Formats: sequence, structure tokens, C-alpha cells
Amino acid sequence: MDVGTFIVVSVIKTVIALIVLLTAVAYSVWLERKVVGHIQNRWGPTRVGPFGLLQPLADGIKFLFKEDLTPPHVYKPLYIAAPMIAVTLALTSISVIPIGNWVTVGGIRTPLQITDVNIGLLIILGVTSLGVYGVALAGWSSNSKYSLLGGLRASAQMVSYEVSLGLSLIGVLIMAGSFSLREIVDAQGGTFWGFIPRWNIFQGQIVAFFIYLMAAYAETNRIPFDLPEAETELVAGYHTEYSAMKFAMFFMAEYANMITVACLASLLFLGGWHGPLFGPAWLQAVLPVFWFMLRVFGFLFVYIWVRGTLPRFRYDQLMAFGWKFLLPLAIANLVITGLIVALKS
Amino acid sequence: MLHLILFLIFGAICVAGAVNLLVQRHPINSALSLIVVMGSLAVEYLLLGAEFVAAVQVIIYAGAIMVLFVFVIMLLNAGEEERTRGSRVALLFGIPGMLAGSVLMGWVLLEHSGTEAVPAGALPGPPKIIGWLLFHDFLLPFEVTSVLILIAIMGAVVLASRPESVQQTKKEG
Repeated sequence: MDVGTFIVVSVIKTVIALIVLLTAVAYSVWLERKVVGHIQNRWGPTRVGPFGLLQPLADGIKFLFKEDLTPPHVYKPLYIAAPMIAVTLALTSISVIPIGNWVTVGGIRTPLQITDVNIGLLIILGVTSLGVYGVALAGWSSNSKYSLLGGLRASAQMVSYEVSLGLSLIGVLIMAGSFSLREIVDAQGGTFWGFIPRWNIFQGQIVAFFIYLMAAYAETNRIPFDLPEAETELVAGYHTEYSAMKFAMFFMAEYANMITVACLASLLFLGGWHGPLFGPAWLQAVLPVFWFMLRVFGFLFVYIWVRGTLPRFRYDQLMAFGWKFLLPLAIANLVITGLIVALKS
Repeated sequence: MLHLILFLIFGAICVAGAVNLLVQRHPINSALSLIVVMGSLAVEYLLLGAEFVAAVQVIIYAGAIMVLFVFVIMLLNAGEEERTRGSRVALLFGIPGMLAGSVLMGWVLLEHSGTEAVPAGALPGPPKIIGWLLFHDFLLPFEVTSVLILIAIMGAVVLASRPESVQQTKKEG
């Protein structure tokens, strides 16, 4: 592939990935309102379009046309930069996530991901670890008590749970022997005894999966770990002072992060795009992407389900849970996995 | 060629961030400049082919350590610093000392490293090689460093935990 084709292909892939991601973000908001609505015995959005399907569009238009207030007491440069940092970083991490196998379109063979790098997982970890600045700076620059408390809580929580999150992934890395997301998925192909798929979750990483699940909820500030924006005590936490599109950016960042986390869970623990393949050639090309999307959807559904079910932690419970339970468990899982892999080889 | 241009651009950003760190009067702006320095250093590593080191630089320095810096600044709600006119001693000895130091360092580097440029990607970059180096060639320094960090952690625990006598008096009081 020469440089010209490479640039054209990259630009096309980036645009498609961004459009898909942003649509997914909009519709996961819709999904959340619908599912939580049904959990709470009401209908959720129904008025705009069939089943309220046009609701995200209406919300988007509303965000665009609302008055964009900037409170007079804020520290302006950072107040404006914070939502941009949050949304940029949230959208960046999708660039290394593969959604399927290699495809050949018009004689050009390309992987179904924007870029295939051999440290893909580390890039995602790096980008998400920078994501905390958006929240922390928003809280600080708003110059309001609620925002500051929200920002402080967010940064403490994210730094604490990042440790368990990282450690829970190392077991998978040891088993695959690579940082490349594509190679990790490839290592999960095939089955045991013909019917149990060789996903990492069935290869002894089930504890790691649940550690990842809990740490990921905390990283994305979702219930039951949504203390940074606990509306009953902090109004709205770090985005109290934001309105219109700036508020929407935080919203988009949160849901984009949820989707990234769901993609990562599917790739690392649930076998990526492996699944039964059948039918004509075009169907066989599309099916892996479908299986992958199905897993991501399932993971997002569980996210929303948990939100509709569980109450919020208390702050000391949150910290004790992270440091005294999750972290030792993650280390134990890592040591045992390492021992088993070393004994096998 | 593109590598060299990018390398120079990010080098300039790195130096500009470092200067801005000193010039800014508000601690949070200084902390953010430091993040820029860390980030551009990571890009420099990446351009040299050390992608693992670059990722670790971002995850640990920009993503964890600087978050704690920002956290502390937010927690103390530190305001703008006052600017003094600086001491005469620093002016008389500091600047010549710094110049002499940098000349010395430049001279040593030029004398002992050879002048041929390192081609991009020639440095040991992949995580496998770095792991091999750490756990075979440099095992002892690596383990000694981990003991050092353990000591630091224990020190932090001791400092953070209140002595029992204080807790006793609190309960009684």
C-alpha cells in the first residue's frame, strides 16, 4: 500500500469510526433511558418518533440551541478546555480498538480498526488515565464547592481504581503474551472439547473479569460508583456549572468511555469477534463484526441494568472496597495466573 | 525526514512547556505545563522507537503522578504565588553555574556517545526486550529499586497513620 492509499484509507476509516461511535453514544443514552424506564415501571421516551427513537436527535438539537452560560467566577481558559479534553480523550481511544478481522475492499486489504499497533492496550490505558484531567480541571476551574468536591472525588477514585483495573488485565496479557488487541483476540479462537469457547473468561480469568467489571464502573463514574456527580449531595458534581454544548461534551465523554470499556471487555475476556460463521461469503465477512457488536451491546445492557438496580456507595466504602478488597484480589489473581502459565510452559 | 521534523517540533514544545512551568504564577498552570513536558517527552520516545517506554511515560507520569499533583493543588486550593525579586546570590552564581554545567554536560555527551545519529527505531523498544533486560541483565538493580519503593511506601504509611497515643486522647477527650 503506498502512502496516498494509506492516507485515504485511514481517513475513511476514521470518519466511519467516529460516525459509528457518536451514533452509538447517542443511542446508548436512548437505551439507558428506555431500560431504566422499564426497570422503574414506566415507558421512557415515547413521544419523538417510533419508540422515541428520534429522541437523541431532539436532545442534540436542544443542546445546540440552548444558551451557553459561562458563570462570572470561573477560571475561563480551563473552564472551556476541560470539556474538550474530556471528549477528545474519550473519542481517541476508539482508534486502536479492532472490531473484526481483516477485510478486502476493492483490492485493498485492511484491518477493521483505525490503526493496528502492537501496544494497543497500553495506548488505551494511557488515554483513559489522562481522561481524569477533564473531570478534575472542570471541577477546579468552575470555582464552586460542589464542582470542586466532585472533581476531587473523581480524581481520587479514578487513580485508586486504575490500579486494580490495570492489574486485572495483566492476567490476560500473560496468557496471550502480547499487548496487541488483535493478537489477544486471536489467542482466544477455537473451543475446548468442541463446545466451550476458548474465551479468556473460561480460561480461568473469570475473577479478573469481575475485577475489571467493577473497576471499570468506577473508572467511568457510573452507579454504584458515581460519587463524583452524586446528585443527592453534590447537585451534579464536576459539571454543575456547565450548560448547553459544554455539558453535552461531558455527557458524550461519559458514554464514549462506557463504550470503550465495553469493547475492551469483549476483546479481552469474551473472545472478541469469535463466533459461529455460516452462510455465503458476504455473510461470513459481516458476522464477526455482528458478534462483536452483540457482546458490546450486552455489556452496555448490564451497565444500565446495574444502574437501575444498585444504590450508591458511601465514600469510605468506595475507598475501602478499592484498596482493601479489589487490589489484593487482583494481585492474587495475577500471581496465580503467572504460576499456572509458568508451570504449563 | 518526517521523524526528524516531528522530533524537533516536540522537542521545542517540551522546552516551551518547561519554561512556561517556571514563568506561570498559578500552581495549576505550572502543573499543566509539566504535563505538556511529560507528554512531549513521551512522543520523543515514540519517535525514537521506544513505544513501550512512551506508553509507560504517559500512563505513569502524565496519568498518575501528575494527577496527584493536580489533586493536591486542588485540595489545598492554592492561590497565585507572590513573585519576589530574586536573590542576588542566585543571580551571581546561579546563571554562571548553570551555563558551566550545561557546557560540561554537552561536552561529556559529545565526547562519549559518538556523533552518528541513532536511526529511529534502533533503540530497544518492544516490551519483550525491555522485560528481558529488566529481569536478566539488570535484575539486581531492579529488585533493589523495588525495595527502595517499598521503603518509601512504608514511610508514607507511618507518616499517614496517627500514633496510638493521639487516638487514645481523642477517644478520652
